[in-house]
Amino acid sequence: MINPRKYFPALSLLAFLAIWQGMSFYLNSNTLPPPAQVAFVFWQSCASGQLPYHLGLTLLRLVVSFSIAMLLGCAIGIVLGRNKKLDAFFDNWLVIFLNVPALVTIILCYVWFGLVESAAILAVIINKLPNVIVTIREGTRTLDQDLLDMARCYHLGKRKTLVHVIWPQLHPFVMSATRSGLALIWKIILVVELLGRSNGMGYQLHLFFQLFDVAGIMAYTIAFVAVIQLIELMILKPLDRKSQRWRR
Amino acid sequence: MTPIQININSKIYPAVEKAGQHVAIADLKLSLNSGEFICLVGPSGCGKTTLLNIIAGLDTDYEGEIIVGRQHTHPKIGYIFQNPRLLPWRTVRENIELVLDSHQSTDSIDPLLETMQLTQAQHVYPERLSLGMSRRVSIIRAFAVDPEVLLMDEPFVSLDAPTARQVRELLLKLWQQRPHTVLFVTHDLREAIALADRIIFLSAPPMHVIREIIVPVPRNERRDEASLEAFRQQLLQNYSDIKQLL
Repeated sequence: MINPRKYFPALSLLAFLAIWQGMSFYLNSNTLPPPAQVAFVFWQSCASGQLPYHLGLTLLRLVVSFSIAMLLGCAIGIVLGRNKKLDAFFDNWLVIFLNVPALVTIILCYVWFGLVESAAILAVIINKLPNVIVTIREGTRTLDQDLLDMARCYHLGKRKTLVHVIWPQLHPFVMSATRSGLALIWKIILVVELLGRSNGMGYQLHLFFQLFDVAGIMAYTIAFVAVIQLIELMILKPLDRKSQRWRR
Repeated sequence: MTPIQININSKIYPAVEKAGQHVAIADLKLSLNSGEFICLVGPSGCGKTTLLNIIAGLDTDYEGEIIVGRQHTHPKIGYIFQNPRLLPWRTVRENIELVLDSHQSTDSIDPLLETMQLTQAQHVYPERLSLGMSRRVSIIRAFAVDPEVLLMDEPFVSLDAPTARQVRELLLKLWQQRPHTVLFVTHDLREAIALADRIIFLSAPPMHVIREIIVPVPRNERRDEASLEAFRQQLLQNYSDIKQLL
């Protein structure tokens, strides 16, 4: 027996392409190029090295700002989750930073530090950091006191307690911060590049917009979506599987 | 091994909102001889777990002192909690290896696994274990650190009778191989008689020692339910104050 469910993902993708093709045929306008044309532009800009260059730069900015935001956020989140006084003091700060619009942070960073790479990275970090802190803080508050007591009376020490007792409990929260963080940072990085950098995906998209090059915009978008899917499949999913293997 | 002296003048839980302050322990004195198996028997809610937590150093908010040998310090403990408190994301073996000192060889837990009949299950994650098996793992973990005193907080509660009996016998076997000082909390007098060298009866709060009784039944006769039951009846007849506690 053939299981039709196995082909659902491929079928739905095909349906998507068919609808796209139909729409662009019906509209017959520059604003919605057909899939074949987008694929051609995609291939062309890959071959010329333009797309890999800009995508690579954006990815680099993503990795740097994401790593710093996650590291700092986890550390601060754990401290605030474990220390009620510090938490009460800094809670307002968190609320403020959570609610400052991303665009405002970006503009202020550029105004204060100039149109430089570090200002761009800093702007992304400031946008992401409060989110990580809040997620990890919530996770730390739900830590199992029984297991912490066990760690204490068996004198496990700080390092062992963190690695074996606390971290595995925080793992779901870290993964959730990672997923929401990637989605958020992607979007913010584009704005950062659009406003103050002369390379990267954001800059290119801005250029295409001015040239009214819709096929270019779509080709870059496809590259974008593909990279995110790759990160999910190659890094996040295996991490999930490895850390959840103890569950029944 | 060293004798341990526990003197707790008072342990008071401060008033919280409408509940007034609660004196949990008052003038409690215990002396533990090394290698002795002591059962603490008292009504439920009398503060036995609080006492164990104080000895373990988990609860430091009390008046009194704990003396190990001649030093004012907390003894090195192995704690068997009421529920096993194993890390679900580590295997049985990893759970035990985790608590070992850096100078202890990980091979040292093999004979413990053997005695507790867990060699087969050592690479399994705790979620796949039955409650009786998890309890046995937590017993191994406590013995593995080679403690000065073993604290056991009703470790056989909520096991069915045959399983409880099996785990109890395995515990005794292990303890006879490695005679550590044991403080075993229970509210079951039958269990206490089956296990203890000495039974200490504790009062309702404020908790203090009411009576200490040495169990005269030799260890090799303790499998015989009848002689245990005879001693229990004798206790209940001779000491009316014990009856109220149970």
